[in-house]
Amino acid sequence: MIRSFGANEFWFIVLAAQWTVALSAVAFTGGALGGLAIALARISQTALLRYPAIGYVRLFQGTPLLMQLFLVFFGFNIFNVSMSPWGAAAIALTLHASAFLGEIWRGCIQAVPGGQFEASWALGLKYYDRMRYVVLPQAAKIAVAPTVGFLVQLIKGTSLASIIGFVELTRAGQIVNNATFAPFTVFGLVAALYFILCWPLSLLARNLEQRFSVATRR
Amino acid sequence: MPDAASQVTIQETDPGMPAIRMENVDKWFGHFQALKNIDLEVDRGDKIVVCGPSGSGKSTLIRCINQLETVQRGRIFVDGIELTAGPKNVEKIRREVGMVFQQFNLFPHMTVLQNCMLAPMKVRGVKRAEAEETARRYLARVKIPEQAEKYPAQLSGGQQQRVAIARALCMNPKVMLFDEPTSALDPEMVQEVLDTMIDLAQEGMTMVVVTHEMGFARKVADRVVFMDKGEIVETGDPETFFSNPRHQRTRTFLGQIGGTQ
Ligand SMILES: Nc1ncnc2c1ncn2[C@@H]1O[C@H](COP(=O)(O)OP(=O)(O)O)[C@@H](O)[C@H]1O
Ligand SMILES: [Mg+2]
Repeated sequence: MIRSFGANEFWFIVLAAQWTVALSAVAFTGGALGGLAIALARISQTALLRYPAIGYVRLFQGTPLLMQLFLVFFGFNIFNVSMSPWGAAAIALTLHASAFLGEIWRGCIQAVPGGQFEASWALGLKYYDRMRYVVLPQAAKIAVAPTVGFLVQLIKGTSLASIIGFVELTRAGQIVNNATFAPFTVFGLVAALYFILCWPLSLLARNLEQRFSVATRR
Repeated sequence: MPDAASQVTIQETDPGMPAIRMENVDKWFGHFQALKNIDLEVDRGDKIVVCGPSGSGKSTLIRCINQLETVQRGRIFVDGIELTAGPKNVEKIRREVGMVFQQFNLFPHMTVLQNCMLAPMKVRGVKRAEAEETARRYLARVKIPEQAEKYPAQLSGGQQQRVAIARALCMNPKVMLFDEPTSALDPEMVQEVLDTMIDLAQEGMTMVVVTHEMGFARKVADRVVFMDKGEIVETGDPETFFSNPRHQRTRTFLGQIGGTQ
């Protein structure tokens, strides 16, 4: 029985976007914390922190996000821990985002001129204060644009969670399409919704970048 | 938070010890030896000018004094505390040793005032109001009190370097190190920075200054140290050093920079 594409179908898809947003928000927040830890470990003087962090980044940058999702989802189930698609997607995307943000932010921290580190050492500032007040604020300015760029990738990447059965925007589209066989309408709408989520972020990134470059020039 | 441990150590230091003492210091960068058997003693209140050709190890030498560079051999004492004995001592000493860099290295995202307040508040645990008062006092001393609310990039090079000096002074250091503080400045701004340093010298600060400003050396230095190829070739009071250098290498160098004129 083929249903026609009506208001119900429309709202089903639009409301599913909230799960895309929720998953992106969780993965980005978790990824920001993990990424900061990875970035700091990557530039640490201690080899015991540095090498595991490098390995972690290589692993997650060198494998497809889809495999990461599968491994987390089925991995838990192998150990008889029941894991919902939502939980698996949130964990896998958080791990994924940690690796990528860690690598982006490492580059941003290393782009802060060496003289800034030296001046803060010479003043006797300890690690936390040096990072918190001198290095990270400067790295953050450089990081804004690539970070928002990654967030856009991440939002689009959440569509892969549909494959393990998490009903977000893409999965909702598939469900509606299976019932209505109106793929052009359905996936046109899905794409438009992704665009509405991502495009303002791109604008924001450009805006922030300009604002910060003015701030540093003054 | 006041760091009780450091205060105890400082009280315990022997006032008879020189401000800085380097014994048989060797420093390698990989296979390249940047410092060779350096012996240097700087008494409290002394002003030492270090000069020498580019690449001779002047920066490396003074960067060892606050352990921005670690050394492979020899011992370094600051204020009677041995820096080469471990990282705890390094932390204690860095806050007692102010450093001024060729490139200023002000924190660009902070105002002049914030630059001057950060370390006293975070390292010494000074209260905000007191840190601000101290900062404004030193900014007045380097003659730019009106720039306190500006960002470094809004200042001229000479003003930025004076802020850098004020920032270091706000930590109330026992020793001040200067690494070519005027080399990155436009010529018309050199004098304002030198004047600030001369004031500081006249107030009795212990200073080690890498510079080729021979006028400055003549005026304030107790001793001039000439380095070449990682070695201290010659040390002397400015009068003797400039008028009657002992080594050919020194004479050649002075000829090149016009220091004998
Ligand atoms: N981080 C470093 N790694 C390798 N070589 C260095 C490093 N820093 C300085 N050097 C080398 O050590 C020598 C002395 O450098 P430096 O102390 O900066 O000389 P100066 O300040 O007298 O010009 C130079 O030959 C320089 O190339
Ligand atoms: Mg130098």
